[in-house]
Amino acid sequence: FCTRGSSAPEGAKQGSRACARPATGHRGTAPRGLASWVPVVGLEIHVQISSNSKLFSGSQVQFAAPPNSLVSFFDASLPGTLPVLNRRCVEAAVMTGLALNCSINKKSLFDRKHYFYADLPAGYQITQQRVPIAVNGSLSYSLCIDNKMSQMVTKTVRIKQIQLEQDSGKSLHDDARSQTLVDLNRAGVGLMEVVTEPDMCCGEEAAAAVRELQLILQTLGSSQAIMAEGQLRVDANVSVHHPGEPYGVRTEVKNINSVRFLAKAVDYEIQRQIEELENGGTILNETRSFDSKLGCTIPMRDKEGKQDYRFMPEPNLPPLILYDAKSLPVNMNHQQVVNIDWIRERLPDLPSVKRAKLVELYGILPEHSFTLLNEDGLAEYFENVIKQTQMKPKKVIGWILNDLLSYLKQHALTVKDSPVSSFLLADLLNLLERREISSSAAKQVLEELWKGEGKTPLKIVKEKKLELIQDQKELEQICQSVMAIKVGNQKVLNKLIGLVQRATRGRSNPVLVKQILEKKLSE
Amino acid sequence: MLKGYISPYNATVVQKLLDQGAVLLGKTNLDEFAMGSGSTDGIFGPVRNPWSYSRQYKEKTPPKSSSENEESDWVITGGSSGGSAAAVSSFTCFVALGSDTGGSTRNPAAHCGVVGLKPTYGLISRHGLIPLVNSMDVPGILTRCVDDAAVVLGSLAGHDPKDATTIQDTFKPFELPNLIDVRKLCIGIPKEYHAPGLSSEILALWSKAADLFKDAGAKVIEVSLPHTRYSIVCYHVLCTAEVASNMARFDGLEYGHRADMNKSTESMYAATRREGFNDVVRGRILSGNYFLLKQNYENYFIKAQKVRRLIANDFVKVFGSGVDILLTPTTLSDAVPYMEFIKEDNRTRSAQDDILTQAANMAGLPAISIPTALSKRGLPVGLQFIGHSFQEKQLLTVAKWFEKQVKFPMIQLEEVKRHDCSVFQHQKSVSFL
Repeated sequence: FCTRGSSAPEGAKQGSRACARPATGHRGTAPRGLASWVPVVGLEIHVQISSNSKLFSGSQVQFAAPPNSLVSFFDASLPGTLPVLNRRCVEAAVMTGLALNCSINKKSLFDRKHYFYADLPAGYQITQQRVPIAVNGSLSYSLCIDNKMSQMVTKTVRIKQIQLEQDSGKSLHDDARSQTLVDLNRAGVGLMEVVTEPDMCCGEEAAAAVRELQLILQTLGSSQAIMAEGQLRVDANVSVHHPGEPYGVRTEVKNINSVRFLAKAVDYEIQRQIEELENGGTILNETRSFDSKLGCTIPMRDKEGKQDYRFMPEPNLPPLILYDAKSLPVNMNHQQVVNIDWIRERLPDLPSVKRAKLVELYGILPEHSFTLLNEDGLAEYFENVIKQTQMKPKKVIGWILNDLLSYLKQHALTVKDSPVSSFLLADLLNLLERREISSSAAKQVLEELWKGEGKTPLKIVKEKKLELIQDQKELEQICQSVMAIKVGNQKVLNKLIGLVQRATRGRSNPVLVKQILEKKLSE
Repeated sequence: MLKGYISPYNATVVQKLLDQGAVLLGKTNLDEFAMGSGSTDGIFGPVRNPWSYSRQYKEKTPPKSSSENEESDWVITGGSSGGSAAAVSSFTCFVALGSDTGGSTRNPAAHCGVVGLKPTYGLISRHGLIPLVNSMDVPGILTRCVDDAAVVLGSLAGHDPKDATTIQDTFKPFELPNLIDVRKLCIGIPKEYHAPGLSSEILALWSKAADLFKDAGAKVIEVSLPHTRYSIVCYHVLCTAEVASNMARFDGLEYGHRADMNKSTESMYAATRREGFNDVVRGRILSGNYFLLKQNYENYFIKAQKVRRLIANDFVKVFGSGVDILLTPTTLSDAVPYMEFIKEDNRTRSAQDDILTQAANMAGLPAISIPTALSKRGLPVGLQFIGHSFQEKQLLTVAKWFEKQVKFPMIQLEEVKRHDCSVFQHQKSVSFL
């Protein structure tokens, strides 16, 4: 369990802590003595498990349902109700543990963590404090150096453990009427708490790690991991110290609602701590809330003093026993058993594997593979286009990343909602590949396609008369007329080609045009 | 706290009985939240032992002076499931359900002259049983004869998907044989159950019972359960810790009593819990929270768990050495008058009265109290049999044999006599089908 203390854990690896980017102040200027501070960042990530029903009861899991419509007797803590473990949640935790290279504990235990709060009906949360389901894993993620997508660096953060636990309900504080409204829909939903070791050193690393975790979870299907819907919640633990000295006092930063804000919150807190210490102050071991509007962290007054959670084993749940191929008893009912090896065999390709495959298969750059996987459905779209076109993947990728993606971003569309299907795009690229149109014409066609009127590229080409002019004579005439305007030296050649292109609205075959102009100029 | 609370669902045991055609006559009184050994600390008042009004008791215990004193002479039922025991004892019903965490079913059964069965932990579903100590609670069965208990057990036992602590194996209901060969049995007499405060009457009865088995050819030996004397303190730590945890849900927010306090959530919680719990419950919650504090957890809770393991191992060793059934007293004495009982507080009484029944809950073993004879005050005394885990059939078989031998007298209630006497002669058992 996460130790809260001001000294470094025994034998902690100081390791390669060199940050991708040095921690700079808000204004971008390095404060005095910056180089001597080592920031330490660890994360506690609560992941909502994607399942039909809750962790210990049969009520449904659904986002944004009418308040208190998904609450079973157990969720409301009615006396006499008992928890019954949801198999799907266990499988999700095992999948996630395996994907993060953890050892899966074949025997794990459940505990009660007691505190009083309106959104915790039973007065305790069922969690795994003594022996969680998975421990000692790692998460690899990549960062690009210096903002260019050209150099990527792989980093690893160690995963301390993954534990299963219940989510709480939601309280909405109505200060106007001094009342609190409690919605228990979320109470009892299954969570995996992923605890990292403090191996990161800045906001960017934290953000990249979380982003990669999101992709992994979405690939596994164990969680949809959408931060905006509360399916992934991150708390950051931040401290700073001088190299060679013990770890500093850490603060916990909560209320971070997006990956972007995570980076900001962590960087702000690092900076705040450095400034505080440099001014002779001290850091309190406290919980702070990130205010996204102001871009800073403020102390939370909720926690008065240290809480003693009075942990106790959950007596209504026997130890969770998982099996593998070796230990599986022969006559066990398949329904009653979770087999780790069975799950391992069925793990899908993780993002890192998928990216490597894309690079190998299609010869695209690693940073391209990142972008492809970062957009939901984009990799699939790309591969569909490849299938339907003769154009080389290295060329297709440009159209996907530059044209398609930027358009989608501009209009805040997902790949799924793209008015241009992979079929249409492939069609267009084929026209280009066959040299029936030029690339600038293709861009014009694409603009038309965005309107989503259902016209094929060929139709648009015909309508707008964008066919490549291949005819020698026709081009000669045009060149002649253009040249009549501008007669000059070799340097102008390119300008002339440009003019011809403009005159023909991109339809002229540039190779031919160049030949003709050169010939004319030399005459 | 739960006054007026109507549960929106049926407990599994209740539903099973209803599914079998049982007719629900009503709910019975008990100590609040099953904490107590007298059934005197409930919000509806104390429960009176029907034997207080029996001819047997009145004959042996003449009233002090005026007629008014008849009221003050009444004796307790024991507890905490005293209301259920009283209901069965007074012919109000054929069977009643109770709970047994430290002896709460067997204790009143002994005092009220009825059969009280504590099944093996995990045999009967606890879904719908308001928990006291989750790791020790079981639903208890109270009947007038062992055959009835077997019938009820047959319809209640078995895996319940709603209770993860019930056994997975399928349970086969059984009928008890009328004749058994006692010579094959080995009866163990644990010497530590000769506890301080055990009345000489009960000691003699216990001895007589042992002789009964011996004379019938059974092997009767003295055995030792050396950690018995630690069970009460161990129980106090574990019980209060679980109580503190289980009672955390009673905050007035979702159901039950809610105090009129509006200032803040915390103040509402505090007022609700102060108003809704009696001081016995509050005392246990405070103790339990103390034991669960980080600085105390190792020394109290973990230690108690270890002692619990030792207590359970005592039984494992004895049963593993060839003993089939243990024979012990159920209570230290017969039922005391209410006025005397309340002279000591609930905690003291519980500590005294639980000593003979508690260990079976620690070890999760099945145990049954059989009405054996009347004391010199004319009140029932029961003896207890403790069996192997999940060996209820053997336990009840031996109990039935014993029941046949002792021929415990029927309660003679004047009020009841007004009805046809013969009806009651034959109505000792439900299994006349």
